[in-house]
Amino acid sequence: MQIDMASFLTITGMALVTYLTRASGLFMMKRATFSPRFSAWLNCLPGTVLISMVAPPALSSGAAEAGAAVATALVAFKTKSILPSMLAGIVAVLLLRAVV
Amino acid sequence: MKDSLYHGRTPEEGVTFAGPGIMVGIKQSVPIAVSVFAYGLVFGVLARQAGLSLVESVLMSGMVFAGASQFAALALWQSPLPAVSIIITTLVINLRHLLMGAALFPWFSRLPPSKAYGSLFFMNDESWALTMGRLAQGDRNAAFLLGSGLMVFVFWMTATVLGRTLGNIMQDPSRWGLDFAFTAVFIALLVGLWKGKSDILPWIAAAAVALPASHFLPGKWYIILGALVGSLVGAMKNAD
Repeated sequence: MQIDMASFLTITGMALVTYLTRASGLFMMKRATFSPRFSAWLNCLPGTVLISMVAPPALSSGAAEAGAAVATALVAFKTKSILPSMLAGIVAVLLLRAVV
Repeated sequence: MKDSLYHGRTPEEGVTFAGPGIMVGIKQSVPIAVSVFAYGLVFGVLARQAGLSLVESVLMSGMVFAGASQFAALALWQSPLPAVSIIITTLVINLRHLLMGAALFPWFSRLPPSKAYGSLFFMNDESWALTMGRLAQGDRNAAFLLGSGLMVFVFWMTATVLGRTLGNIMQDPSRWGLDFAFTAVFIALLVGLWKGKSDILPWIAAAAVALPASHFLPGKWYIILGALVGSLVGAMKNAD
């Protein structure tokens, strides 16, 4: 049972900003509408954050990681499910690291 | 999606918030709860790998309750804790909730604020999609969202505890290839987010900025910078 102050404050901060995003949509709509451009921007955020997180480790770590990234994407495309995709990526990276 | 999402700013008549709606929401959410459970197991296992204690993992799942942003936080989790980067990344990933909450306006605008804003704590991608489907088909009981959200919440929490506990079995993560697990999870999430050709340009722009930025900028600022440039490109291109 351990929790340090820095972790607790970080998690609390994450919780506050997340609830703010959940409540603000309805709150703002009671006062104004969203412009198409603002909506398009919001729509693009999750994908562009994730690709920014994933591109450096997947593409500049080495051939094994890059190959495993492709394998993961293929399985994710087929199964549309997180668990098998993650397992495929892990198996692929282990095999490729043994070979490359 | 951006246009069809809105049913306008006209409040629907006769919307209620009644107990039976909660039960219907719970029952209808069994299929999504099962996939949330698998997802939560993965979160628990990776939380242990990132160095979170059981209490910290449970607190994060219970208070934040937003999968993609929680995975992102784990990937950034290190000592000393980059609290500001983690909180900003969480905010940016979860800003999509604004659109989801706005789309609920016709049914939620006239509910008592405690019911509307209380239900919204439990709004997650899957429950939101189910709720929008039902309300758009004429159901007038807005409590469905709360029921569905509670169901997903219970499965998410249980799976977090189980995954974090089972994670103890694996001692050396890199020997198991688990150091690649985050990358794999993010790739799977990305495939799920893919909406079509309109994503190509913003995603390429984000990656093109993030790659060099990760070499030249300190910390995790490449994530924010890549997302900012990519999403602005998307906003310019997709607004009309």
